[in-house]
Amino acid sequence: MNHDTYEAPYIRKILEDVRTIAIVGASSNEARPSFFVTKYLIDKGYRVFPLNPGMAGKEICGRKVYASLNDVPEAIDMVDIFRNSAVAASFVDQALTLEPVPKVIWMQLTVRHDEAAARAEAAGVRVVMNRCPKIEYGKLSGEWGWVGGNSGVISSKKQSLHGSGKMQSLGIVKQ
Amino acid sequence: MSDQQPGFDTLAIHAGAKPDPATGARATPIYQTTSFVFDDAQHAADLFALRAFGNIYTRIMNPTQAVLEEKVAALEGGTAALACASGHSAQLIICHSLMMPGDEIVCARQLYGGSINAFNHSFKSFGWNVVWADIDDISSFEKAITPKTKAIFIESIANPGGRVTDMDAIAAIAKKAHVPLIVDNTLASPYLCRPIEHGANIVVESLTKFLGGHGNSMGGVIVDGGNFDWGKNKGQFPMLSEPNASYNGVTMYETFGNIAFAITCRVLGLRDLGPAISPFNAFQILTGMETLSLRMQRHCDNALKVAEWLSNDPRVSWVSYAALPGDKDHDNQKKYAPKGAGAVFTFGLKGGYDAGVGTVSKVELLSHLANVGDTRSLIIHPASTTHSQLTPEQLESAGAGADVVRLSIGIEDVADIIADLDQAMS
Repeated sequence: MNHDTYEAPYIRKILEDVRTIAIVGASSNEARPSFFVTKYLIDKGYRVFPLNPGMAGKEICGRKVYASLNDVPEAIDMVDIFRNSAVAASFVDQALTLEPVPKVIWMQLTVRHDEAAARAEAAGVRVVMNRCPKIEYGKLSGEWGWVGGNSGVISSKKQSLHGSGKMQSLGIVKQ
Repeated sequence: MSDQQPGFDTLAIHAGAKPDPATGARATPIYQTTSFVFDDAQHAADLFALRAFGNIYTRIMNPTQAVLEEKVAALEGGTAALACASGHSAQLIICHSLMMPGDEIVCARQLYGGSINAFNHSFKSFGWNVVWADIDDISSFEKAITPKTKAIFIESIANPGGRVTDMDAIAAIAKKAHVPLIVDNTLASPYLCRPIEHGANIVVESLTKFLGGHGNSMGGVIVDGGNFDWGKNKGQFPMLSEPNASYNGVTMYETFGNIAFAITCRVLGLRDLGPAISPFNAFQILTGMETLSLRMQRHCDNALKVAEWLSNDPRVSWVSYAALPGDKDHDNQKKYAPKGAGAVFTFGLKGGYDAGVGTVSKVELLSHLANVGDTRSLIIHPASTTHSQLTPEQLESAGAGADVVRLSIGIEDVADIIADLDQAMS
């Protein structure tokens, strides 16, 4: 498929379908984008497994850190890759050996590897590249607009509060 | 909505303006509050550290303002926007985000007089130095660029002369030098011209003018084109590309990608400099924006008829309106603003300074005041008012010589506008 642009329904379906997310390249440094995303996805109710070989056994945002995808004790719905494009392929290939195979492989902003993406898609895995799930969730939920972001979403339906019950948290619900 | 990309008029009404999540209110509510309750201590910490989206304090963001920002960003084709108290404060925030003391900005001479003043005088206090270039000599922009240059600043349609700038040519120079092109799109509005499509990286506008459109509320906006690599040259834009000490080492460009400039303007500029837009003004401007296309086309149609009438009047020595065939900017207007040349233009009275003062004194329908982009027709004699701080040479180069009268044609019946000008000029 075309990975230059994604239709909103494709992204929405992914963010609705997945429950467990492994973050490759998670950081405990609170100023790093990977920390921002880990924290945000946890707050939105996803079960997040941070991966970082140097921090295995420690915690990030209260979640145990694992060294590699193979160490995660649950089925992984989505692998979110915070590593550069050159090494991203090795994580894709590793993910494809998991049992069960993840539903989604997501590569962060600036990360893109078309050949690895094609291998994943051949195995029935949905792929998103050069995007951030925090940004995409924010666009679909309406939170992106709170910081002046152009979400591209036009709707006459009320925005949905997130199921957490928090006042300042919008959620994605099935239409 | 279906997969079809929404058109401009649909965006003008709907972009950013979903029904309110708390109440279902269909019109955007006026959130007239200074501050917002945190869910818990962790939520507060996340908001202050930029880890969560959300509202803290109306000096930084407000839900009414946010709808306005998304709407302008959508209409301009940008990735994000920041609204603030006025167009001038928007310029200040932009320069604050880009420039350090000793840095330079290359500006077109053909700018609104207030901008010329700000760049020439006020911004000097910050150590930001302006270097002037001329839209009639595009190469002057390239010659003005030095290693200290941090941006090029032009107007799409220049105030007061209604000059239309060759944006593509200047964008090419900016791209080659890897400096952002800032375009003030106030007089065109995104209905007539979308500078990002012509290579602009940042769009700045006075919301007070055509976007609000009714002469009742001040506001300004910064639109992030999302199309500039802030990290390409190390140290060039430290506020965007270096870890920020006031946010525990967060690097804006790395963290916020193609909205990093808008975020930087908000959380480092607006937060610390303070020129927030009031929620009520944001609401008024939002209401105005829903009819932007209808008003703007009527403004243009009326202005062209008035310009044609003036061109044929023996008391008038010249008319500068780019929609007139034969105007020196007519080709640029057809290229950059094909739906019309806007409402603001100048003409010269054969009677000079005294005739200009006389005309503005005698109008009865047109209003003699210092604004443009109102539903009402407006008139001013720049040499004795808005541009009176400029030297005679600056007046000429800004298109505001002694004989010059500036009009901002409103959306009244055009026959009435012409009749009033006719009696006032006699």
